[in-house]
Amino acid sequence: MSQPTGQPLSRPLPAARLGDSQIADVLRKYGSLIALAALLLYNVLFTNNFVSIGTFNANMTQVATIVIVAVGMTFVIATGGIDLSVGSLMAIAGVLAPLFLLDGQQFGAPAVGLALAIVAPLVATTLLGAFNGTLVTVVGLQPIIATLVLYLGGRGIAQLIVDGELREFRNLGSPLIPSFEFVGLGQVAGIRFQIIVMVVIVIVAAWVLRATTFGRYVLATGGNPAAARLAGVPVNRVKMAVYCISGFLAGIAGLIVVAINRSSDPHRVGEYMELDAIAAVAVGGTPLSGGRATILGTFIGAMIIQLLRFTLIAHNVPDGITRMVIAGAIVVAVLTQRQRST
Amino acid sequence: MTDRSTPAEPLLVMDGISKTFPGVVALDGASLRVAPGEVHAVIGQNGAGKSTLIKILNGVYRRDAGSIVLAGKPVDFHSPLEAQAAGVSTIYQEINLVPYRSVAENVFMGREPRRWGFLDRGKMNRDAAAILERLGVHLDVRRPLGTLNIALQQMTAIARAVSTDARIVIMDEPTSSLDEREVGVLFDVIRGLKANGIAVIYISHRLDELFAVCDRVTVMRDGRTIDDRPITGVSKVELVARMLGKEIGEVRRSGATGFGRRGRRPLGEVVVEAENLVSDRLDGASVAVRGGEIVGLAGLLGSGRTEVARAVFGADAVQGRLAVRGKPVHWRSPRDAIRAGFGLCAEDRKADGIIPYMSVRENLTLAALPTLSRNGIVDRAEQAKIVDRFIERLGIKTSGPEQTIRELSGGNQQKVLLARWLCLNPSLLLLDEPTRGIDVGAKAEIQGLIDELAENGLGVLMISSELEEITEGADRVVVLREGRTVAELDHAEASQDALMRAMAHGDEDAAGGSTPEARPETSDAELEPSR
Repeated sequence: MSQPTGQPLSRPLPAARLGDSQIADVLRKYGSLIALAALLLYNVLFTNNFVSIGTFNANMTQVATIVIVAVGMTFVIATGGIDLSVGSLMAIAGVLAPLFLLDGQQFGAPAVGLALAIVAPLVATTLLGAFNGTLVTVVGLQPIIATLVLYLGGRGIAQLIVDGELREFRNLGSPLIPSFEFVGLGQVAGIRFQIIVMVVIVIVAAWVLRATTFGRYVLATGGNPAAARLAGVPVNRVKMAVYCISGFLAGIAGLIVVAINRSSDPHRVGEYMELDAIAAVAVGGTPLSGGRATILGTFIGAMIIQLLRFTLIAHNVPDGITRMVIAGAIVVAVLTQRQRST
Repeated sequence: MTDRSTPAEPLLVMDGISKTFPGVVALDGASLRVAPGEVHAVIGQNGAGKSTLIKILNGVYRRDAGSIVLAGKPVDFHSPLEAQAAGVSTIYQEINLVPYRSVAENVFMGREPRRWGFLDRGKMNRDAAAILERLGVHLDVRRPLGTLNIALQQMTAIARAVSTDARIVIMDEPTSSLDEREVGVLFDVIRGLKANGIAVIYISHRLDELFAVCDRVTVMRDGRTIDDRPITGVSKVELVARMLGKEIGEVRRSGATGFGRRGRRPLGEVVVEAENLVSDRLDGASVAVRGGEIVGLAGLLGSGRTEVARAVFGADAVQGRLAVRGKPVHWRSPRDAIRAGFGLCAEDRKADGIIPYMSVRENLTLAALPTLSRNGIVDRAEQAKIVDRFIERLGIKTSGPEQTIRELSGGNQQKVLLARWLCLNPSLLLLDEPTRGIDVGAKAEIQGLIDELAENGLGVLMISSELEEITEGADRVVVLREGRTVAELDHAEASQDALMRAMAHGDEDAAGGSTPEARPETSDAELEPSR
């Protein structure tokens, strides 16, 4: 054969011409980090008692459940899907847990009851995630419709399990309650247990997405499902897996919420959680079209929303305005991170 | 050297056009002159600046420098809409119309004729039919666009352009998804436009077409206009040489395609044998490939070529017998076929090949991940080694393995997709239009690579609409028509004429001229009714 053909034209530019596009590039990449840093700085300077373990725990506990659910949501969105059922799954996990917390003797040993109170709800929500996955892959429903089924029906299931009643843990009279409540209220070295759970989940998820075959498959499935299938990616199994992950993480979040509340309310647990999680994912820089995702971004996104809310409340801004500011922040975040269309 | 004898009053003069993107100078003082009623080809390798020049003309990009004069008036389009209003319409490779609406609705979308404030459907249908009629196309304009084939959809797009009083119609690779017959229809339409005084700017990688339909040709290289001359009297080799910036002799030595001379090379065992494949698009297709053999799969658009490749690869469910090295197999998904050592490069790279937002590295190793990972964790060092090796071996032009694949040219994307399979050391490659939409230089490289791989024992099933590629590249040609195998020709028999005949009629002539193995029962069934 002849010589390799001429290099397609690509003469480097003189370095002096740093233009608007470079600034836009920096904003797109690090915009959310800059915003988070700015919010932190503002609060350190202008909010009383901001730098304290109390404020830290307060903010982080509020954001922990959102982050945990949003991590699962990030995986689902990375495949080009969405999971609206997470809030309802949280409620189901929440009402299932106390069923195993009676007198501590029914399962032979108290430890078994406690273990079941944690494991059984997680198994249940993971299986419900698999149900979502089946609707998406086998039945072929659009993810938004498929998960709408459990968004509506799941809360109904939760209500049926407890006859629609709020269940206060102290009324159960079970000796296992304090141990169970460690999930939400316990501390390790002064840090709330749920914060540790959240950090572990974020680190593991970020690693899975980056370093494993599964992570690569998730992004390939979202990026171009037809091409991924032809390259040997088990597209349907991958989709199934992400809905299971989302269900599992929603289950964890549900347990944390009822442990904090010391009660489980099938009507309120996980309410609006799907929207908070989607907002965190979007602000964090993961496009809803799939194929690209950042777990760390999702964490930062959730933190920005939380800190923005905290800041406004701490400075006595009325709730109505707080909501509008947060809505505006989402728009700004998504606009700055948007890829150029060509 | 350059002939500047353009007619006195050019319709369009683009002069000294420059455009810089971050990091790249795309155009560097390029020019383009087009006369009214002229069909003007713009050619060049990928990256030569053709599409940037066109996108500046039709308002997608803004120029950094230079002037555009349209019909004597300087113009400066801020958007494609402005350009369209001024008479510059573009027919894109991917047709951007609405498949669910009727032909007429698509032609007049946004400019529907009204009467008493209501849509005048009768007038709209009549007008649309009249415009298509003028282009020599007869079809029911009430049909939803999506029910038409690509060629007719393209005609609709052209009719839309004409209905906006276009003075210049830009066609970007208009024939890339058309078969020979449909190309003929398109050329008639182009002649119709010409007769109406409309100029056509024609961009294509298929140089042969230019001689059939174009009046002048502008050659671009490295962001500059190298040549602008009447097409009569120019040879194809000369054009290729101008595009590549080489001497004519240098180009001529390497032949029209990158395939070497077909000698008798020792063939291995039968890698795959598909017999009597039947699905909703296939009706008794059969094909077998041996190790070291390049089998060409020819047929008109819709003859089932792609379906055969997909069936052999396990991508679609079909009935029929499939055997690998003599053993019957049943694929549940492409995963099974990949494990058996198969690879498929799909016809539509964008839809079925690349994962657009992934890097060259991630795209290249996607199929090999199971072998590149331990306990589900990707072995980064091993991966980097393989990626570097194939980037070098195939001469993939990229700023590095981390570059996003969609930023690469078509030819380099195709090389990455080939490497996706080559790194698995496959025994059979199914190549569906492996050089479609790829510029001449990279095309020859890929053809040479296919040749070299077959030389080393790889079995190749190659689908191509470019007869040249089949006649020069294939050891044996299987011809499909309406989903069934109608002829089989060996390299010596497979002239372009013989192929055309077999593809179009598949009648006794073609079958008789082919090997006796051409399924007798199929031919019988074919011939029966006519006797």
